[in-house]
Amino acid sequence: MTTMTSLDHTVSRRGFLKGAGGLTFAVTMGSGGMQLLTPTEAKALAGHTDMSAWVRISPDNTITILTPGAEMGQGSMTSVPLILAEELDADWNLVHLENAPADPKVYGYSRKRRGRVQHSMAIVGSRAVMMYYKPMRMAGAQVRKVLLENAAKKWGVPASQLRTEPNVVIGPGGKRLTYGEIAGFAKVPAKLPKVSSGELKKPRDFRLIGKSLPRRDIPPKVDGAAMFAIDVQLPGMVYASTVHSPVQGAKPLSWNEAKLKKLKGYLGAVKLKEGVAVIADNFEHVMAARAELEVKWSKAKAAGYNSEEALEKDYPRKSADPKTKAKKVDRKGNVDAAFASAAKTYAADYRCDYGYHAQMEPLNAVARINATGDRVEIWEGTQAPGRSRSMIADALGFKTSQVIHHQMYMGGGFGRRSRTDYTVEAALISKEIKKPVKMIWTREEDINYGMFRPQSFQHLEGALDASGNLVGWKHSVIGDGRRLLTGGAKISKYYKVPNQNIVEQSAGKHGIRTKHWRAVAHVFNVYAIEALIDEMAAKEGMDPLEFRLKKVPLTSKARRVLLKVAEMSDWKRKRPAGRALGLSMTERSGSLGAEVVELSVDRKTGKIHVHKVWAAIDSGIVVQPEAARRNVESGVHYGLSSVLKERATIKNGSVEQSNFHDYEVLRFADSPEEVHVEFLDRPTRPTGIGEIGNPGIGSAVANGFHALTGKRLYHMPFTPERVLAALKS
Amino acid sequence: MVAFTLNGKRVSVRTEPNTPLLWAVREHLQLTGTKFGCGAGLCGACTVHVNGKAVKSCLTQVSEVEGARVVTIEGLSPDASHPLQKAFIAEQVPQCGYCQSGQIMKAAELLANNPKPSRDQIVAHMNGNICRCGTYNRIVAAIQRASKEG
Repeated sequence: MTTMTSLDHTVSRRGFLKGAGGLTFAVTMGSGGMQLLTPTEAKALAGHTDMSAWVRISPDNTITILTPGAEMGQGSMTSVPLILAEELDADWNLVHLENAPADPKVYGYSRKRRGRVQHSMAIVGSRAVMMYYKPMRMAGAQVRKVLLENAAKKWGVPASQLRTEPNVVIGPGGKRLTYGEIAGFAKVPAKLPKVSSGELKKPRDFRLIGKSLPRRDIPPKVDGAAMFAIDVQLPGMVYASTVHSPVQGAKPLSWNEAKLKKLKGYLGAVKLKEGVAVIADNFEHVMAARAELEVKWSKAKAAGYNSEEALEKDYPRKSADPKTKAKKVDRKGNVDAAFASAAKTYAADYRCDYGYHAQMEPLNAVARINATGDRVEIWEGTQAPGRSRSMIADALGFKTSQVIHHQMYMGGGFGRRSRTDYTVEAALISKEIKKPVKMIWTREEDINYGMFRPQSFQHLEGALDASGNLVGWKHSVIGDGRRLLTGGAKISKYYKVPNQNIVEQSAGKHGIRTKHWRAVAHVFNVYAIEALIDEMAAKEGMDPLEFRLKKVPLTSKARRVLLKVAEMSDWKRKRPAGRALGLSMTERSGSLGAEVVELSVDRKTGKIHVHKVWAAIDSGIVVQPEAARRNVESGVHYGLSSVLKERATIKNGSVEQSNFHDYEVLRFADSPEEVHVEFLDRPTRPTGIGEIGNPGIGSAVANGFHALTGKRLYHMPFTPERVLAALKS
Repeated sequence: MVAFTLNGKRVSVRTEPNTPLLWAVREHLQLTGTKFGCGAGLCGACTVHVNGKAVKSCLTQVSEVEGARVVTIEGLSPDASHPLQKAFIAEQVPQCGYCQSGQIMKAAELLANNPKPSRDQIVAHMNGNICRCGTYNRIVAAIQRASKEG
């Protein structure tokens, strides 16, 4: 098994194409997405287009597949190439994986965006398996067809009489040729055979998909061998760390260089756009320089901004002000008429604080400029290798071909690592000092210069007709985050309420950096939606599951996951004293999930503890069920952490938290004793897994809290202070 | 200059005595399995053994380990065969993997002193080690497996 334990895992494209014998299949991007090419076609194109190998079959019967699934713990480094291996009918034990180069035109998936086809390698929005599923299957099937045709020719029989078993073509009378043997003599046709989707394997014939194979990245993660960017060591390497302004957005004007110069091992400082990087011969000397550095900063927009005040006063005022512009998110039917003729209406406001990613590996990168200053080599962990490479090139005034990129394991991503401002800093430092450099942000820096899930305020209203059916829905979300505010606000994929008006409002610009964060806006929008549904159910005197099943117009998919989670959690069974259940549902990246939590609350301390979680997920075909299950479990924990503990606040433009003592995250003792995840057995194409686990947790906890105490929680996270205040209300 | 035993070998580091053991091990001695997470003893990613005791190497000055036996994840077993390492693979525990060296080193201390820990004892012992991927229950399962199969 090949695992990415060495630094030398990226492949020289031309070198790979030449190969060391055997069959090589290149890949290029056509209008229809990824296309396999023959070496002849590849050679004809080489020189005027980006061209790379994708699959190589060696005479020794091993197969190398490049993986574009940037690995941050979700398992797609294994799952994505496994899809190709399935259709190729490869013996998975003979398959080696190598990281695909950072070249979206070649290795990216394609998606339509604003009418144009875009190529991207961004592993965000739970996309890896979802986006690569079809092209990987087609490519695998094409390679298999070439092997079959070559074997048929050798044996002088029609290819239709042949079949395959893992890594072997079987002919009439049980004749066998391994893929490696075929690679030894095979000729790849001038044009690759076409494969229709009808020729792909039927799910019942899958040998790998749906079977839960060990993840390839796990063995090196138990003995310290897995290489993260922070682990890279280069000869002659120096160390750096950037100090950013305590007020986000301020620029450095000057600093106490004379004092720094006297420090042992100090090598200088580099002025960056919003920070000063100090450089030294080792990291302890960098830390000493950080401690001594004093910077004069420019004024910044964020200077007068106080997040708590904004969320308490400004957001609700602006939300209610008819003059505040409202951008449409979704609109159906006639909402005004539905509310005017409603038998009953309900309304509630919800708030949610800023969230920080807190990925375990503080942001860092290693960069090495060459002697002539016209090529930079980068080692980093990124969710978006293609975009990162372009960002680095732009910052240095280079072409992307002057940026050599090495993808490393990521110590957590959660959306933060799709914007690699940290790597750009490392590249700029290396260029300036003409040395290889390892640039590490401290944890304090990682928070101070964080990019946050925006805080938000929501006003929701629901209208019931005379029979108690949900017929009208209004939802407005306000904050400073633009497209980061609206995800998850659309309910039409599960609740077909005939009259809806969902809008986004802007609270103005605060000057605080915001970013995607595992499921982003779903976190606060789903919380608000599902909490209001639960509140309406309670006020109608109905069980929250019954209310959804009987009074909310559900899609069939929604009904299925609700019934499944009810069965899993034994919803109707009475729980022991001091325990209660909360229910919620959510969509994300094409998947639908319903979740139930069983919780208790310590009425003295205000601490909520979730004991058990059940999640029923419809995400279509699940390529690697065990890895997917762990991914959902991860989402549940990440969600619970944000719901119970995590809050970032800004005072006078400065982030108030600095490390894990005041930005608290979920620990062992806070973890639920049981988490049960089940995937509905569905034959549809795979949809997102990585972010379906966390958005529903907020409302499930709030709803369970109401079931237990009769009180509502309207502000996330549900810190002990807020819980105590709710209990007293 | 500070000298100590690292994974069974005598080593010396030429640096200031107050340098955190973490940076001595990772950058000076180039054993990078031990991770930097918070630098403040709050997350446990940097956990190593000093004379058999699990310590946070970010808060341990290298001068404190003069003459001591230091073991990192690379030295826990010669070939990833420690019962915990095998159990972490069997239970498919690691996700991003960044905290896992620290988790395994912390858990190894527990099993060395208490071969049959209860769930509550495991949770109490491990509470200082953060995992942002939320592998906590899988870690508990792996420790229980190692305890049984060890």
